[in-house]
Amino acid sequence: MSSKRRASKAEHLRRVLATEGDAVAENTQGFNQGRYDSVADLEDYEGLKEEAREIKEDAIERLPDLIENLREAVEANGGTLYLADDAEDANEYVREVVADVDGDRVVKSKSMTSEELELNEALAGDGVDVVETDLGEWVLQVADEAPSHIVAPAIHKSRESIAELFEERFDPDRELETAEDLTMFAREKLGEQIADADVGVTGANFVTADSGTVALVTSEGNARKTVTATDTHVAVAGVEKVIPSVEDLRPFVELIGRSGTGQDITSYLSLLTPPVGSPTLDFQTDEVGSPDDREFHLVLVDNGRMAMREDDDLRETLYCIRCSACSNSCANFQQVGGHAFGGETYSGGIATGWEAGVEGLDTAAEFNDLCTGCSRCVNACPVGIDIPWINTVVRDRANRSEHGGDLDWLVEGLTPDEEPAGVDLQKRLFGNFETLAKLGSAFAPLSNWVAGSSVAGAAMERVLGVDDRRDLPTFQRETLKSWAEGRPDVEDPDRAVVLFPDLYTNYMDVDRGKAAVRALEALGVDVTVADECASGRAPLSQGMVATAREKAERVADDLLPYVEAGKDVVVVEPSDHAIFQREYERLLDEDDHEAMAANSYEVFEYVYGLLENGASETSLAAGDGHEVAYHSHCQQRTLGVDTYTTAVLDRLGYDVATSDVECCGMAGSFGYKQEYYDVSIAVGEELADQFSTEETGDRQVVASGTSCLDQLDDLLDRPSTHPIELVAPEPHGRAE
Amino acid sequence: MSTTAGGPPVDRFLDRLADFDVTHTVVAPDGVSDAIADVADEPAVGVELPDGLGELPGFVATDPSPSDLEAAATGVTHADLGVADYGSLALPATADGVEPVSLYGDQHVAVVAADDVVPGMPEALSALGDRFRADGDSVVLATGPSATADMGALVQGAHGPKTVHAVVVER
Ligand code: SF4
Repeated sequence: MSSKRRASKAEHLRRVLATEGDAVAENTQGFNQGRYDSVADLEDYEGLKEEAREIKEDAIERLPDLIENLREAVEANGGTLYLADDAEDANEYVREVVADVDGDRVVKSKSMTSEELELNEALAGDGVDVVETDLGEWVLQVADEAPSHIVAPAIHKSRESIAELFEERFDPDRELETAEDLTMFAREKLGEQIADADVGVTGANFVTADSGTVALVTSEGNARKTVTATDTHVAVAGVEKVIPSVEDLRPFVELIGRSGTGQDITSYLSLLTPPVGSPTLDFQTDEVGSPDDREFHLVLVDNGRMAMREDDDLRETLYCIRCSACSNSCANFQQVGGHAFGGETYSGGIATGWEAGVEGLDTAAEFNDLCTGCSRCVNACPVGIDIPWINTVVRDRANRSEHGGDLDWLVEGLTPDEEPAGVDLQKRLFGNFETLAKLGSAFAPLSNWVAGSSVAGAAMERVLGVDDRRDLPTFQRETLKSWAEGRPDVEDPDRAVVLFPDLYTNYMDVDRGKAAVRALEALGVDVTVADECASGRAPLSQGMVATAREKAERVADDLLPYVEAGKDVVVVEPSDHAIFQREYERLLDEDDHEAMAANSYEVFEYVYGLLENGASETSLAAGDGHEVAYHSHCQQRTLGVDTYTTAVLDRLGYDVATSDVECCGMAGSFGYKQEYYDVSIAVGEELADQFSTEETGDRQVVASGTSCLDQLDDLLDRPSTHPIELVAPEPHGRAE
Repeated sequence: MSTTAGGPPVDRFLDRLADFDVTHTVVAPDGVSDAIADVADEPAVGVELPDGLGELPGFVATDPSPSDLEAAATGVTHADLGVADYGSLALPATADGVEPVSLYGDQHVAVVAADDVVPGMPEALSALGDRFRADGDSVVLATGPSATADMGALVQGAHGPKTVHAVVVER
C-alpha cells in the first residue's frame, strides 16, 4: 500500500469514528452484553452450538440433493422454486414475476441477499416502486445510505439524526421527538404503502427441504404484513439457507436471537409453507379473497456459493446464519461499524468470507485487515466458524494477488520468508518480526537509538506505514536464552519443563521471562529454555500462511523431543500459547498439533496446576492485599485460560479487579500501523477508561499480553507489568 | 435440551409470558368470553374459537374486511400451541384470518388451551413439522408484542400489536 493510500484509509476511518463511532459502540456493546446474559440462561449452550454446526455441515455437504427435495416440496405446495446462477439471473426472474402480475409496488422485508443482488435497483429500473418495510432499512432508504450492521442496519444513526431526516423529508404535521413518535410515524406511512402493494419480497433465514417451509426471524411484524397483505410472495435466499427438516430449526431458533442482539427469541418466528393459507386482502376494494389466489416463488441464489462449497477454506462461511455476533463481539467493529468494517453488502468478521466468495478478493481485501485475529468472535459464533482463519486465508490470497512493488528490494534482505514478491512491505516487515528482533537485539542499544530517532521514525512511517506516534519496542542485548544458559539446575526437581522463549520475551521483555523461570524454579520445576522463538504468530497475522507454517514446523521439531522426554511446554506470551492450541491445527499435521496442544500451558495455567498439586505458595511473593487491575489477553480469554491468572493472584492474596473489554486494540502489529492507529487508540481508550475509575485508578496495572502491555503503557500514565513479575520470588515487580 | 427446570410447562409458560410483557388470565372454557371482554378494546375483530376454547364476546366482529382490520383496536384469535420455554404462541395461517386478525390491531388477545402448552422448541417443532409436511400449514411463533429498536430506543408496537394478552384455558 502506498503511503498516500494509507493516509486516505486513515482519514476515512477517522471520519467514521467521529461521525458514527458513538452510536455504533453503544448499540453493539449492548448487543454483546445481551448475548453473554442471554446464552447464560441456556442449560446446554455448547451442545446447541454443536448441534447447529452439525446440521449446517451436513446440509452443505448434501446441498444439491436437499435442493431437489426442496423443489419437490415447494411444487407440491403449489409454489415455484427458481435456482439462480448469479445476481442478474435472480433479478431477471423477480422482475418477470412482478411484471406478470402488473406490479407497480413491491414491499420488502429485510433481506441481505436482496441487497447483495441489488434487487431494488433492478426493479426500480423497470419503474417499480420498491419500499423497504423494516424500519431501519426504510430509514436508510429515505436517507440513501448503506446498512452498517447485518442485523440492525441503521445502527449508526441516532434518534436525533432520524428525527432530522424525517423532518426534512416529510415535513410532518406534528413534531417527531421520541423513538415512539418516530416509530408510529413510520408505521403509519409504511402501512399505507403496504396496503397498496402487489408483491411482497422477503428473505429467508432458513428453508426446510422436507416441507418447503421458509423461516423468517423478525421483530417488527413487517415481514408478516409483507406476506399477508400481498397476493404474490417472492422469497429470495442464498442456497446455503436450506436445511434438511423443520425439526432441524431447533438450535437455530434458540441461538440466533441470543447470539445476535441478546434477545432470547425475537418477537416473530414466521414458519411459512407458502402459498400461505390466509385470505387475500384487497385494501382498495375492501374485500377479502380466497387463499387459493396466492402465489409463491422461492428464488435460491448461487452467486458464488457453490464454488465456496468446493473451497476448503471458504466453505465454513456457508454455515453462517447472519446473527451478527461476530460483529458485536469485535472490538474494532464496535468502534467503526460496517461502513468501515464491511464490503459491498456484508459487514463484520465473517464479511471477509462472504465478500471474497460473492464479490471477489479485492472487495474483501479492502477491509479485511480490520480483523486482528483476536478470536473473540470464535466462541460467540453459534455455528463455530473459525472466522479469524477465514480472514487469514483471504489475506494470504490477497497478498499473493498483489503486484510487486518498487521497494521490494529494500525489505528483501530483512524478510527471509516464504512469500512471493509483491506482498505489502508493511506486512512483510511485521511478518518477519523474528529477523528484526534478532538484529535489534544483536545491535542493541545502538539499534534502539536509531529506531528511536526522529529520522528513522519518519522513514518508517513513510515507507512502511509504521505510525510515528508509537514507541518502537526496545531490544535487550542480553536475551532470555543467553541469561538462562548460566542457570544452575534445580536439584531433585518435581517436574521438568521447556519454556518457549517467544520473540517478545526473549529479545525485549526479558525480565518477565526471568521472572517466569524464577517462579517455576521456586515451585520445584527444572526449566530448560527452548531454542526456537518464533511461533509463526507474526507472519500468520499478516496473512503469510506459508511462512507461518514453516515456523510452526521448526517449533514443533524443537519442542516435541522435549515432550517425548516427558517435559511440559510452558509459554509466557498468550498469543503464542494460543497459536499452539488453535492455529497449529491448520499449520501442522494432526499428531504434531495434538502433541503441542495437549502438552503446552500458559505460564499461570501451569503455576495454578503446580499449586493445586501441592506446590507451596509460600515460595512465591505473597500479595498481602496488594491491589491490582488485571487485563487478560483476548486469545487467552477465548481459550478460557485467563481464569488461572486471577485464580493464582487471588490465592496469593492479591486484590484483583479485572477489565471486561474484548480486546486492548493493539493486537500485535495492528496498532503500529499508520492507517489503523486511530481505531487502535479508540479501542484502547475503553480499556484505559476501565482502569482509570475511582475503584481502579490507583491499582497497579498488570496484563498478560505484550500488545496489551504496550497499549496500556501508551494510554495510561502509570506503568504496566506482566503478572508473573509480581508473583516471582525476589526481585519482584510489585509497584510499592 | 430444554431450559425448563422441572415443574408443569404451564407454570413456566406463564412466567415466560410475563418476561416478554404478555399479560394473562387463566380460565375455564365458560370464562373465556368474560376474560376477553375484560381486556379487549373496541372496535374488536376476531375469528371463531375452536371447539372447547369457549366463545367470543358479542362485540367481537368476525370475518373482518381489510378496513375493519385496519380500524381494529383489538384482534382476538386462538393459538394452536404455547411454548413454555419462550412464552411463545403458535398462530396458524387460516382461511378465516388468524394471521391478519392477530397482526393488525393495537392489541392481540390470544386464546390457548393449557393442555396445548408444550415444554420447549423441540416439542413445538416436531408437532409443527408433521403439520407442515402433511398439510403445508404456516404458523407464526409470536413472542410478546411487536418491537423495534431502529428508532434509537426500544419501542413496542412497530408494524404489529403493541400489547398482547393470553387467555389460558384449563379444560
Ligand atoms: S459468522 Fe457466526 S457469529 Fe458471525 S454472523 Fe455468521 S453465524 Fe453469526
